Amino acid sequence: MEKSKYLEMYRQMVMIRRLEEEAAQLYQQGKIGGFLHLYIGQEAVSTGLIAARKPQDRVITAYRDHGVAINVGIPARQVMAELLGKATGMSKGKGGSMHMADVTKNFWGGHAVVGAHLPIAAGLALGDQYQGNDGVTLCMFGDGATNIGFFHEAVNLSKVWNLPVIWVCENNQYGMGTAVERASAVSEIRRKADGYNIPNEKVNGMDVMEVHQAAERVFEWVRSGNGPYFMEIITYRYRGHSMGDPERYRQQEEVRCWEKEDPIGIFRDYLMFKQSVAEAELAELERSVAAELKEAIEFAESSPEPPPQALFEHIYAD
Amino acid sequence: MARITMREAISQALWEEMERDERVFILGEEVGVWGGTYAVTKGFYDHFGEKRVRDTPIAESAIIGAAIGAALTGLRPVAEMMTINFAFTAFDHIVNEAAKLRYMFGGQFTLPMVIRAPGGGGRQLGATHSQTPDAVFAHFPGLKVVSPGTPEDAKGLLKASIRSDDPILFIEHATLYQVRGEVPEGDYVTPIGKSKVQRPGKHVTVVTYSKMLDVSFKAADLLAQEGIEVEIVDLRTLRPLDMEPVLESFKKTNRAVIVEEGWRSYGVGAEIAARIYEEAFDYADAPIKRVAQAEVPLPYNRTLEQMALPQVIDVVNAVKEVL
Repeated sequence: MEKSKYLEMYRQMVMIRRLEEEAAQLYQQGKIGGFLHLYIGQEAVSTGLIAARKPQDRVITAYRDHGVAINVGIPARQVMAELLGKATGMSKGKGGSMHMADVTKNFWGGHAVVGAHLPIAAGLALGDQYQGNDGVTLCMFGDGATNIGFFHEAVNLSKVWNLPVIWVCENNQYGMGTAVERASAVSEIRRKADGYNIPNEKVNGMDVMEVHQAAERVFEWVRSGNGPYFMEIITYRYRGHSMGDPERYRQQEEVRCWEKEDPIGIFRDYLMFKQSVAEAELAELERSVAAELKEAIEFAESSPEPPPQALFEHIYAD
Repeated sequence: MARITMREAISQALWEEMERDERVFILGEEVGVWGGTYAVTKGFYDHFGEKRVRDTPIAESAIIGAAIGAALTGLRPVAEMMTINFAFTAFDHIVNEAAKLRYMFGGQFTLPMVIRAPGGGGRQLGATHSQTPDAVFAHFPGLKVVSPGTPEDAKGLLKASIRSDDPILFIEHATLYQVRGEVPEGDYVTPIGKSKVQRPGKHVTVVTYSKMLDVSFKAADLLAQEGIEVEIVDLRTLRPLDMEPVLESFKKTNRAVIVEEGWRSYGVGAEIAARIYEEAFDYADAPIKRVAQAEVPLPYNRTLEQMALPQVIDVVNAVKEVL
């Protein structure tokens, strides 16, 4: 892989983390409303996956979607503007944290009902198959989503119709505050794909290179007409399920243990010691992220509110 | 004009739209090899093939979800719910996804899709298979809800629905499939969101739609023998609701009866009556009457079921009460 691509992946991971740290502050200041689900700790998952996609590949995810928004190439200023509910956000301030999308970047949301986007992902893949496109749909969801009926209907249909879709379970150990083994009869979630005769594998989601290499292989496999594939990516969220989570369901020792596996730290070490990237170069990247974020927050805060007439816009196309 | 059944009218609309646009395809339970449980898509599988006439698992969320996704890619899916009662298992995808995605993403998404769903009671199918939950679905902004009462409107409205860029729930009535009516030759569309006076009269306005249009016509025939001229306004679309012809008629007759097959509470009749009172209160010469289904889960027993469903005599009596 080219050095520039490594550095871009690193930049995205740092951007996601810093953007969300800023978002948490803005939330506490009351500038961001509603729910705010942070991706901090899971950055390697969407970064590694999306770095392996081609422009014709569609991406769809759940409500923990800020990372994906950065990975598909949405500028930080637009993400911030949407978080602040401004007219300059991708969804014009009508979607908020949980409903980010940019169809020009083949990013189809940002869906807030657990598991409900899986049947839609099957439909996106059907659309490509029907029209003879060689696009693959990448559908990400949490471990909690694998217990709802939507998951089973969609995954079954994808195999029955041999759809070009990659199912990615981001197993961050908890569905809200309920540990996987307390909610799922099968705690090794990839085995659920066996029930639908879909090939599957488990990947370490704290190592972006491991995720990326697996994703490159899986994209090509699915693109070649082999039908759906299932990845269980083991990861961990350092913050609560959403802002204001009392975190009574886990010990802080557990969080600290996973923090030793920090995906940004692992990748930083990899770049310095395995790819001989100078620390100064990484530090410069980090500074440029901080500067871009500062500008993004200023942009979002100074952006206009949606005009009153926006209330009745975009209900129907006709 | 040709005289054909409702089933033939709907089938023709689907067939013609599939012939004229490659992007149109059908998916649902038993729509293909079986030919549709109500035989609406009989012959389609052999003619259009399995790519465009897609049998699905019995999994309504997957059907509607797949239709949404395919529509987002530019296709024009027509998803069939075997009956509207099964749409409840896809309720999230209909009202929480299809109805909201465009708005929620600031106009980025376009969902040109149709959900066909036969509903209604009267066939002794018991409580879970006989419902008329039209008002439930019409409650949600972002969804359009169409429900024709004649073969002519069924064909024209279905063609308009398939050509529309919005998600549309197209509610058919399972006991109307055999009903015949005049249908124009050739290609035509009937505009969505337009109510229509189906029978002119001057004494009482009857507002209705779908199967109850047929019931209201029979009542109007009986009343005509007594010199009572009923004007029937057919809503045809429940959302967006076109009140103009209703109000125009009411301002002329000053009396109204609303006839719906669904339950009275929070129903179509409640909505129409409220709007008439809001916008034409001064024209009322009598309290508005509602004819609706008895507030019970529909029983299997034929006599009990018919007791619960609105009958011609109920409409006749209601009209006489407002006179």
